[in-house]
Amino acid sequence: MAGPGGGSSDVQWCFSQVKGAIDDDVAEADIISTVEFNHTGELLATGDKGGRVVIFQQEPESKNQPQCRGEYNVYSTFQSHEPEFDYLKSLEIEEKINKIRWLPQKNAAQFLLSTNDKTIKLWKISERDKRPEGYNLKEEDGRYRDPNTVTTLRVPIFRPMDLMVEASPRRVFANAHTYHINSIAVNSDYETYLSADDLRINLWHLEITDRSFNIVDIKPANMEELTEVITAAEFHPNQCNTFVYSSSKGTIRMCDMRASALCDKHAKMFEEPEDPNNRSFFSEIISSISDVKFSHSGRYMMTRDYLSVKIWDLNMETRPVETYQVHEYLRSKLCSLYENDCIFDKFECCWNGNDSVVMTGSYNNFFRMFDRGYRQDVTLEASRENSKPRSVLKPRKVSTGGKRKKDEISVDSLDFNKKILHTAWHPLDNIIAVATTNNLYIFQEKLN
Amino acid sequence: MLYSKTARAVAVAASKGVACSELMTYFYKSLCHHLDTIYDEDEVLLALAEQLGNFTMLVGGPEYVHCLLPPLESLATVEETVVRDKAVESLRKISQEHSPVDLEVHFEPLVKRLASGDWFTSRTSACGLFSVCYPRVSSTVKAEIRQHFRTLCSDDTPMVRRAAASKLGEFAKVLELDYVKSDIISLFTALASDEQDSVRLLAVEACVSIATLLPQEDLETLVMPTLRQAAEDKSWRVRYMVADKFSELQKAVGPEITKNDLVPAFQNLLKDCEAEVRAAAANKVKEFCENLPEDNREQIIMTHILPCVKELVSDTNQHVKSALASVIMGLSTILGKDNTIEHLLPLFLAQLKDECPEVRLNIISNLDCVNEVIGIRQLSQSLLPAIVELAEDAKWRVRLAIIEYMPLLAGQLGVEFFDEKLNTLCMAWLIDHVYAIREAATCNLMKLVEKFGAEWAQNTIVPKVLGMANDPNYLHRMTTLFCINALSEACGQEITTKQMLPVVLKMSNDQVANVRFNVAKSLQKIGPVLDSNALQTEVKPVLEKLATDTDMDVKYFAQEAISVLALA
Repeated sequence: MAGPGGGSSDVQWCFSQVKGAIDDDVAEADIISTVEFNHTGELLATGDKGGRVVIFQQEPESKNQPQCRGEYNVYSTFQSHEPEFDYLKSLEIEEKINKIRWLPQKNAAQFLLSTNDKTIKLWKISERDKRPEGYNLKEEDGRYRDPNTVTTLRVPIFRPMDLMVEASPRRVFANAHTYHINSIAVNSDYETYLSADDLRINLWHLEITDRSFNIVDIKPANMEELTEVITAAEFHPNQCNTFVYSSSKGTIRMCDMRASALCDKHAKMFEEPEDPNNRSFFSEIISSISDVKFSHSGRYMMTRDYLSVKIWDLNMETRPVETYQVHEYLRSKLCSLYENDCIFDKFECCWNGNDSVVMTGSYNNFFRMFDRGYRQDVTLEASRENSKPRSVLKPRKVSTGGKRKKDEISVDSLDFNKKILHTAWHPLDNIIAVATTNNLYIFQEKLN
Repeated sequence: MLYSKTARAVAVAASKGVACSELMTYFYKSLCHHLDTIYDEDEVLLALAEQLGNFTMLVGGPEYVHCLLPPLESLATVEETVVRDKAVESLRKISQEHSPVDLEVHFEPLVKRLASGDWFTSRTSACGLFSVCYPRVSSTVKAEIRQHFRTLCSDDTPMVRRAAASKLGEFAKVLELDYVKSDIISLFTALASDEQDSVRLLAVEACVSIATLLPQEDLETLVMPTLRQAAEDKSWRVRYMVADKFSELQKAVGPEITKNDLVPAFQNLLKDCEAEVRAAAANKVKEFCENLPEDNREQIIMTHILPCVKELVSDTNQHVKSALASVIMGLSTILGKDNTIEHLLPLFLAQLKDECPEVRLNIISNLDCVNEVIGIRQLSQSLLPAIVELAEDAKWRVRLAIIEYMPLLAGQLGVEFFDEKLNTLCMAWLIDHVYAIREAATCNLMKLVEKFGAEWAQNTIVPKVLGMANDPNYLHRMTTLFCINALSEACGQEITTKQMLPVVLKMSNDQVANVRFNVAKSLQKIGPVLDSNALQTEVKPVLEKLATDTDMDVKYFAQEAISVLALA
């Protein structure tokens, strides 16, 4: 599993690679919208606002460079979704990829689900390294031969060719969501998956595209009574019948698909009572949960709201067992963050392979790691300045008081346009992928 | 398509020995290559998998049939399920062509390789092949096969366990009874307690097969505990499967166990907290009751089943009520006249007044069972308002459904009742807003005429139909023509010539072109019913006039009618 200790106290992170354009002029289509490792960590997929998916593959470890694990290089790039137009409502449907989820490997090919606001697609990525030659009816360049010139029959043979990686859409799951899809999650039964939009969650079978079952519907009969929307949903890693969904009001509901066909009634509801001292006009907005992730063990789940990361024990609904402040210094700035819309940013969070450390992003291209065992946290920065190969990342600090030490940065100097919303942790090793607006940084644990 | 047909052609054209090895090598490599290729190649692979199943004679007969194994083995590992399934089907087919020696030398090693494959796709395919090679191999090999199957039943991935569970029954059928008891039962129990719902529910299906194989006295110890557990499973999907397979289970376990175990289990399913399960059980009420042992059938139904059924009539979920309505009438033949009148009739009447149209329709569609036992008159008081309400329902599909039952009802209720109460309804449908209803209503009239006869038609419906020819709405005038098309044959030559023809001919002067060209079509339709005199003196002139009409479609259909009727 993870390296020595596994905790951030032992681990020093160093720069490994950065992908994407260097210039500051960011093309909108290149904005990264999702990052996901596959189950072995060999492949890393990113989705962007232009509807493209780029997959990187880790090179096998080489004997020449024992200090670092293999580098990630582009394996396949393809256009997953195109912009569409909903004629009935006169609305554009963005091609931005909201989520990518890898399927467990079934054979030599790889499969992933990618979704935009309305449509989910199953993609197959496969390799080809041989091609047939010696057809009877076709020339080598593809032209058809005159059948009258064919006097003998031969059996074609295979010759090696340069490796080609092909991506093909195998299934398209469309027309099941009225609102924008925010999450997809694959079930441990390897047969079904769910897709969630603002008000509904649907259950699909991977083989069946013309039908899905609605399992959660929180749309009120009168839309004027709408107070809460679904923000994220996730299946339990081991229990095929359990899933959770989080809401804009800071609650997480756990549902059991065994109990009934329609899971409107939750089996458990996780909610922390509000701290009366911290009450403000913005309380409800910042309590909205932007991401929910189960731990690999299936015992805990992590939620991310605007200012904090919370770890919940699935057996206790009344409050989280751990709370980590991501950027508490922003609490006094909520008004201006509301005005520039940053208060609505949806940060994701992730666990490391053995559930001992959690990571999430912040502003100014900072990202934070919290070691649950050692109760330590660190702030690191993803920037081009720190991008010398194998250079160790220096911990960063934001100064909140009047006195600013050297190397610290004051809250007012933070660049709120540089946000890290998407991060991913390799399932087995200490390798992390961090997405700034249009660049993907890969950091690795320093190995001696 | 072209690809596999070419392959077949090549195999036929080339000489036997050469074709086999070279061609099969090509296929094998081609598949390794093509397997992960672009887009619609799946259809090619599917066709190939199917064709290879029929290739035995083409490769030289049963001695060479094992040449077909390598490409099929490849196909059995593809991720596309339909291709894999077809490959397995073909492998099963050609396994029959293998001699027992070939089975041991070629086929069983293939199965072994698939069963130990890295990818779960090959392991799922292996599950479908055990039962076809088991019967004819030696006992050492049989032991190997049993071992492989056991391993797959506890595979890490749910997909493989699902495949194993779905083939459990089939495999059990080819095993010796001792092994069924020693091996299969423990595998069955394990799969029925799997942590994945999707695996447990497949074990329920296997239960039926296994129960049929075992002697009665072993069922109680070997099968019943697992079945009881399934009927009370925490997952509604497993309980649903039990309900769905209930009749098969009943037959498999026999009357004694049915009385002691299945009756209470069925009651619980009828009262289940999940509506899907209640609906599945409700669907089986009639079948379950029919298959109860005759000696205490009535007592069991009256004491145990009927109270639950009464509850279901007022269930909160419409699908449950609808499922019940489709079978409940069948109980009357089982329970006999007195019980039907006292206990079932109130239930029928309650469902006839249900707020959900589907429930009412399901009752009406099954009236013939009741008619046999107590006669429909008992119901007719309540039946009429129910029919009228359905006939005027806002949803056109509901109106359509009731029209389709009308001929049946008319037959059962008799002509006087029909004339008195239902005639106006049938005429009203002819001028419904929705075309599908008008069309169905026309067809309905035709069936009624077939039932009640031409004279009845002449007296009751023909005048009304012909009266519509003067309606200000052209759609209604056209309906007259469509009715005439439908009724002329049933009504006969006299009515058609004397009453219908004049109306049709008059409409040839209609202002609306659609009406005029339908006149031409009508004349073409009713022409064969008329005598040649009428055709020549009355029909021909009108068609000739229409053939010079200003409207293109009128001209076209008039000319077509002239040529079909051979009036030129």
